[in-house]
Amino acid sequence: MRVGTGAAAHAVELTWAGIGAPILMAVLQLALFVFLAPLLIGVIRQVRARLEGRAGAGIWQPWRDVRKLLAKEPVHAADSSWMLSVGPIVLLVSSLLLCVLLPLVGTLALPLIPSDLFVIVSVMLIGVVALALVGLDGGTAFGGMGSSRHMTVAALVEPTLLLSIYALSIPAGSSTLSLIVQTRLQTPAVIISPVSLLAMVALAIAIMAETSRLPIDNPSTHLELTMLHEAMVLESSGRDLAWLELGSWLKLAALLGLLGNLIVPWGVLTDFTVPGLLLGAVAVAAKVLALGTALSVGEVFLAKARLFSVPELLAGSFALALLAVTASYLVA
Amino acid sequence: MSVTRLTSLIRRSGRIAEQAPQAPALFPGAGIFGGSIQVRFINAGGCNDCAQEVASAFGPVYDVERYGVRLVASPRHADVLLICGSVTRNMIEPLRRTVVATPTPRFVVAVGDCAITGGVFADGYGVAGPVSDFVHVDLVVPGTPPEPAAIVEALRRMTGR
Repeated sequence: MRVGTGAAAHAVELTWAGIGAPILMAVLQLALFVFLAPLLIGVIRQVRARLEGRAGAGIWQPWRDVRKLLAKEPVHAADSSWMLSVGPIVLLVSSLLLCVLLPLVGTLALPLIPSDLFVIVSVMLIGVVALALVGLDGGTAFGGMGSSRHMTVAALVEPTLLLSIYALSIPAGSSTLSLIVQTRLQTPAVIISPVSLLAMVALAIAIMAETSRLPIDNPSTHLELTMLHEAMVLESSGRDLAWLELGSWLKLAALLGLLGNLIVPWGVLTDFTVPGLLLGAVAVAAKVLALGTALSVGEVFLAKARLFSVPELLAGSFALALLAVTASYLVA
Repeated sequence: MSVTRLTSLIRRSGRIAEQAPQAPALFPGAGIFGGSIQVRFINAGGCNDCAQEVASAFGPVYDVERYGVRLVASPRHADVLLICGSVTRNMIEPLRRTVVATPTPRFVVAVGDCAITGGVFADGYGVAGPVSDFVHVDLVVPGTPPEPAAIVEALRRMTGR
């Protein structure tokens, strides 16, 4: 925040910079990610198709899928409750909140709601629980199995997420994600410090688990016994399924955007200007799509890990995060 | 398989998918799908010949996914049901329930002569009849088994791409 020249000018500028600019940025961020998330999935599937020697359905296919699903009437199982139609909306809202709160286009902090580490992880957990309840509500064996696996993974991932972002927050002196990104922008030496590298690897593994990607879960599987995320959505149809899909895609896009801004913080908006806002939007879109392409190429070389070795992988990422925190106190 | 070996295989094989033939006419009423259909495959009692042809239609050579078709794991996600084989006694009820579990608008495609007429198994003691005796069939793909190209064409009539 800049110091104004006159008292009146200062008051106006304070109001605009404190409330107007962050809200405008958050709305732009939301609109951008709702547009970007299906496109990201389209790019991931298209890159994979090309590497498999197929032609691929094109990068706009997920948009067509969502439009078609919204036009269909959902069918509910005989004994299911209102959870089957409310759960998807809760997941979607939690993912949309994530897109608003995370420092994606810029690091302007919203008044009253900080992009604090604990707020972010709690918002994410609301979506996780809603999805698990949707899985249980259909009353099928696979849904319940998927929910139980999903909660197991969530319980192992949350500590890693908290601890790795905590390690990143030590140089910034704050657990607010926008301040962490800002610190990394101002002193780029922080990015390649050993502490930051360890924490970033731990965070990347945790995000892969949280968004049900390989090697923790196979997003394109048809075998019910290997499913985590897919098993929970087996009973959803029509617009319920559209909201579930869109919610999961938004979460993946937002978390990849956060990862991109932590690795390459350049381009994010720190002081409000219109060209800066556009540059921030283009920069974060480029980072998300580049990370999505890298993710897709990486997944071609990976097989899904056995369910019993998933805790080992996640425990490894937790150990890395713990090392990062320890090192930051011992080294610095 | 090592990363280097897989990389060299990907580089050597390049594009496996064949050129797309001329798009067939859109099936009446399928315009609502807007170029995206999800397919649930059901074997009502066939010999797995048709199943293999369907599998190769979704493989890299015919690559039906490029027209916006995707195989799904649940009838609740599906728009089109691909049914092959003559219906056996034990599959009558599961077949009916699968069709009811699919959200509307939905289309049922019978693949292969066994599904259409009962084929060589029509008089078998465990066979109850062709698919159309139990559920409404919208489109048929004849052949014993049909070529993957015929299955691809039937699915392209649903996506209109």
